[in-house]
Amino acid sequence: MSDTQITEISLMPPTTRRDDRLRYLIAVPGAWAKRNLFSSWSSTAITLLLGYFLCRTAISAIEWGILQAVWTAPPRDSEACRIMQGSGACWALVHEKLRFILFGPYPFAEQWRPAAAILVFLSLYLVSALRSFWRPAIILIWAAGLAAIVVLMRGGIFGLPLVPTDAWGGLPITLILATFGITAAFPLAVFVALGRRSPLPVIRWLCVSYVELIRGVPLISLLFVASVIFPLFMPDGIHLDKLLRAQVAIILFAGAYLAEVIRGGLQSLPKGQFEAADALGLAYHQKITRIILPQALRKVIPPLVNTFIALFKDTSLVSIVGIFDLLTAAKTSISEPIWQGFSIEVYATVAAIYFIFCYAMSRYSRSLETKLRISHRA
Amino acid sequence: MTDAMRENSKSADGAADHGPPVLELRGVCKSYGNFQVLTDINLSVKQSERIVICGPSGSGKSTMIRCINRLEEHERGEIVVDGVLLTDDLDSIKEIRREVGMVFQHFNLFPHLTILENCTMAPTIVRGLSKRSAEDLARSYLDRVRILDQANKFPGQLSGGQQQRVAIARALCMKPKIMLFDEPTSALDPEMVKEVLDTMVSLADNGMTMLCVTHEMSFASQIADRVIFMDSGRIVETGTPTEFFRNPKNERSRAFLSKILHR
Repeated sequence: MSDTQITEISLMPPTTRRDDRLRYLIAVPGAWAKRNLFSSWSSTAITLLLGYFLCRTAISAIEWGILQAVWTAPPRDSEACRIMQGSGACWALVHEKLRFILFGPYPFAEQWRPAAAILVFLSLYLVSALRSFWRPAIILIWAAGLAAIVVLMRGGIFGLPLVPTDAWGGLPITLILATFGITAAFPLAVFVALGRRSPLPVIRWLCVSYVELIRGVPLISLLFVASVIFPLFMPDGIHLDKLLRAQVAIILFAGAYLAEVIRGGLQSLPKGQFEAADALGLAYHQKITRIILPQALRKVIPPLVNTFIALFKDTSLVSIVGIFDLLTAAKTSISEPIWQGFSIEVYATVAAIYFIFCYAMSRYSRSLETKLRISHRA
Repeated sequence: MTDAMRENSKSADGAADHGPPVLELRGVCKSYGNFQVLTDINLSVKQSERIVICGPSGSGKSTMIRCINRLEEHERGEIVVDGVLLTDDLDSIKEIRREVGMVFQHFNLFPHLTILENCTMAPTIVRGLSKRSAEDLARSYLDRVRILDQANKFPGQLSGGQQQRVAIARALCMKPKIMLFDEPTSALDPEMVKEVLDTMVSLADNGMTMLCVTHEMSFASQIADRVIFMDSGRIVETGTPTEFFRNPKNERSRAFLSKILHR
């Protein structure tokens, strides 16, 4: 039986096999479309209707965004864009304002510094995404990277002129608030999540109150407390930087949510894992760092990344307390009278920047899940 | 393990019979709220003694052996393991856990670590062995439970019986003086029970002090020096397997045996 099959295949002329493959390439998508798009009259009608709207939207988007768009214009001149307003995008504006959107009111001559800071951020993300860098040294890399970012942005040493945080703005602010926010909120959240399971009532009570208090108020009110109310209680002469106060508010806010996510992971572990570690004589910190957290965190990668993404976008709320993040910089860039009415182009650009970072996080979390599932089969 | 060897180890036990106890429970009591789980448990275990604990479910068997390494806290009475009194002091708990190995009903291997890492983790971080010597030790024990060829796999890739043998090897890597078994074959498919019991028999033959909660009565009669029958949190009857199976003195033991042997 198997013998005859082998002869049949080997006797088949090569041309026939290529034809088969061609037919297969056509037949398979055809069959797929028939099954999924045109299986019945109602399904065919819906497919055609949706297809029509999809095409129309795509065509007008291409027309507005590319074909009719104004790509260049003389500086500070909106005439060309005004003529096309409504039918073509004014990318010339974005071109002119890009540096302001990215760096905000940062001194123009020094803007290579926030640009370098963004590059340091990107390389930190990249290094952390590569699993071959997952060893203790990565903590040093991060510490050095974050320190370099602060030095670059603030200056005051190494011959760099001092730039106060009031003058910082744009994308670096968003990246600083989100990255420092996540790196500080994450360990805080681990401690709070473990604290909620502590046998000591005082610790448990403290952790529960922290989580419930923070979760009970919106981030905006926390930012107001940090920027308006908190300074009133500070002794005279002590001044905490506004950006730092907003950063602390964001860390506390994200910490509460992350703590609940991590607690979910801890609770999903069977009691036997804790008991097996105990029975082997592992001390509490050994049990937590080597047995419990590696498993618990792995289980909550999707909700963890969910919180990270939400935090990244929530940083835009700091505009309320007068901090110049990416979105505020974009909004300010079109406040001049000559550029009134061109908000779509600028906001689309900012949305694209947000999307790139958030989508990268989401893709990375999915690849991480797949990798961990393959290597452990558990 | 041949019969001659088993004969040897049995006779070696004779000398150990007069040694000091490695484990003593004196008047141990425990309750959950109003429910008394353990009442006045007294038990003395000598070096190399093999004890099988049986009884109906909810009789406190598991709770009793879990009190020995502080997975459960006893309320009254004393537990002394190898001369160390078990108290709330973390050092005493740590010292006792280092000397007491435990095998669970549900294996409880660490699913994120390989079989080899499961076995080397505690010896390196609790006993302070070098990575190299911990791996050598782990390999020798994995070889003894005949699972060395799976050393680089993850627990999820192994059958239940294989996982339980790894769990035994993992406990042995800590070189414990006493091994506790909490229904080690209850969660296994029937065809895998034998491979685990064989491993335990060979362990007993090598002179390990063992306390084993199990319903495997043939295993009990094969290796136990003493069978302990528990009911409602008390030790109701103690005896050699021959005495206990042939001629149980207590009414409740008789009822239990008739249920379990005439299934």
